[in-house]
Amino acid sequence: MSTKNWPLWEIFVRSKNGLEHRHCGSLHASDAEMALENARDVYTRRNEGVSIWVVESKHITASNPENNGELFEPAQDKVYRHPTFYDLPDEVKHM
Amino acid sequence: MKNEHLYNYILGIADNSLILGQRMGELCGHGPTLETDIACTNISLDLFGQVRSYFQYAAKIAGDGRTEDDIAMLRKERDYKNVLLAEQPNTNFAYTIGRQFLFDVYHLAFLAELQKSSDLTLSVIANKCIKEVSYHERFSSDWVKRLGDGTEESNQKMQEAINDLWTYTDELFHQTEADKVMVEEGIGVDVTKLKVNYYKSVSELLEEATLKTPESKWFQKGGKQGIHTEHLGYLLADLQFMQRAYPNMEW
Amino acid sequence: MSEEQIKNSWTEHSRSLEKEFDARIARDEKIEPKDWMPEKYRQTHIRQMSQHAHSEIVGMLPEGNWITRAPSLRRKVALLAKVQDEAGHGLYLYSATETLGISRDEMYEQLHTGKAKYSSIFNYPTLTWADMGAIGWLVDGAAIINQVPLCNTSYGPYARAMIRVCKEESFHQRQGYEIMMKLANGTPEQKEMAQDALNRWWWPSLMMLGPTDDKSVHTAQSMKWKLKRKTNDELRQQFIDQTVPQADLIGLTIPDPDLKWNEERGSYDFGEIDWDEFWQVVKGHGPMNKARMKARVDAWERGEWVRNAAMAHAEKKANRKQKQAV
Repeated sequence: MSTKNWPLWEIFVRSKNGLEHRHCGSLHASDAEMALENARDVYTRRNEGVSIWVVESKHITASNPENNGELFEPAQDKVYRHPTFYDLPDEVKHM
Repeated sequence: MKNEHLYNYILGIADNSLILGQRMGELCGHGPTLETDIACTNISLDLFGQVRSYFQYAAKIAGDGRTEDDIAMLRKERDYKNVLLAEQPNTNFAYTIGRQFLFDVYHLAFLAELQKSSDLTLSVIANKCIKEVSYHERFSSDWVKRLGDGTEESNQKMQEAINDLWTYTDELFHQTEADKVMVEEGIGVDVTKLKVNYYKSVSELLEEATLKTPESKWFQKGGKQGIHTEHLGYLLADLQFMQRAYPNMEW
Repeated sequence: MSEEQIKNSWTEHSRSLEKEFDARIARDEKIEPKDWMPEKYRQTHIRQMSQHAHSEIVGMLPEGNWITRAPSLRRKVALLAKVQDEAGHGLYLYSATETLGISRDEMYEQLHTGKAKYSSIFNYPTLTWADMGAIGWLVDGAAIINQVPLCNTSYGPYARAMIRVCKEESFHQRQGYEIMMKLANGTPEQKEMAQDALNRWWWPSLMMLGPTDDKSVHTAQSMKWKLKRKTNDELRQQFIDQTVPQADLIGLTIPDPDLKWNEERGSYDFGEIDWDEFWQVVKGHGPMNKARMKARVDAWERGEWVRNAAMAHAEKKANRKQKQAV
């Protein structure tokens, strides 16, 4: 029988409740259940997690860096979205 | 020794984890995938962690200056009380998984009872171990299903392993002298009571894995009395090598 | 436009892309998988990263050789955890390399057919328990010197993998040194065992930091891409300078009669390295090259039916689920 390789999965781990899941790497597994178990064994050996997400890598749609100009640069000069854009009298200490 | 039955009872439990941990440890670096290799090593590490808790407690009970390592590595062949199942070799991955699965189902049920022990230390150890073993049981059951329900080849290999290992399952439910005394004192687990459920759970899982439950009623026994299969001698030769070749040294 | 003109404009275009690419790296920006990169950058990274991953995996074998024989339970669990970490590190590195468009199976194929290299040091045998100490102390020590600068390398996935690796490896060298210290402070027999291991692993450890600068082919390019921050000779000197006092501290002797503190340089002078031996081992004639490769190939081949079974089961399960849904 021809060999079919285990697909690649992206692993996201929540290190503790209150924090978001963060991408921590990838691994191979034959299905989602195994991906979860492998992720537990590979990426939480040192008590790094309380929750795991696994997503098969091929299901991730990523933006193309060639479009970075149109996607992200327009946000660079919108300084009025940031609090430092606005003048306040010194007397107002917290706002 | 004042508490000889308790001491022997603990050794009976711990030797299973010791010998199985040693077998799992042999695979480190040789697994079918990196991910599986890492998972098997985790099981081995869990088992050795359990062994240390048990032997440290046993050493305290013995009170004769022996350490966990003396107990683990300096007994004679006949003094190891693990079940025969635990010492069976890693013939192939199906045997590794089959051995683990047939032991895990028992181990989990055993620890659930040991948690209720009137001996506080044993109950605390059981409480910690049961979480590890729940995961082992999940891991090995999942793999039995994968191999049973996978390809024709894997189904055959898994079935063969189960058939061969089956003969070592009945011994899990034999009571030793120490067992009987400990059950009476409310410390030990009555393993005879675990048998029916064990075979029920195992058969159900095997069925789900499209495997046949062996019908053979011929069982091997002896491990609990220190009468082992020939495999154990070689395992001990490795386990004990340093302590025998370089006696009375610290490492 | 003529064909010639089109070709020229393309060359011009890729030259300017490359210029911009180099500038990004010079500004310490990271390169991510989908970014444009010169083909040579991709190939060099595949080569170095996969070689690094292979070294972790083959590196499990010499230490794995002593797991069943570790002298105490404490040592046994530490060694198991360490060798397991190496599997993990191999896995992180293979995954990072996969972002460059090569699969783990292809990399295995390259390893198994001898096309890809791994660190030569793992072609030496582990003969006694003290070798576990020597490997942790010297081999991991040399590896850390190589690896720490890579946490800042230009390729994002590689840098991230290395940060994880370095964080986890911090116990490895300590584990080895503690073994050596215990032996060196033990019985005469134990001390002899430790000294013997140091004698056998010292020179291969120095070789592990790579050929001398004048013989090293990849240095200039690797420096530019931050695959390297210091030259092999600088790294080697750093390793010697930090290791010699550690040997002194536990009363072991570095097996080099020419080793001498050089006040002027503020460094140790050291003896001639046997580069013939190095090249011989690199070319496959070390004591354990064949055995190491056989162990890897055997594990892979014996695992094939297992991997196939898992895939077949996953497909059946998915089909059943689909049928249920209908």
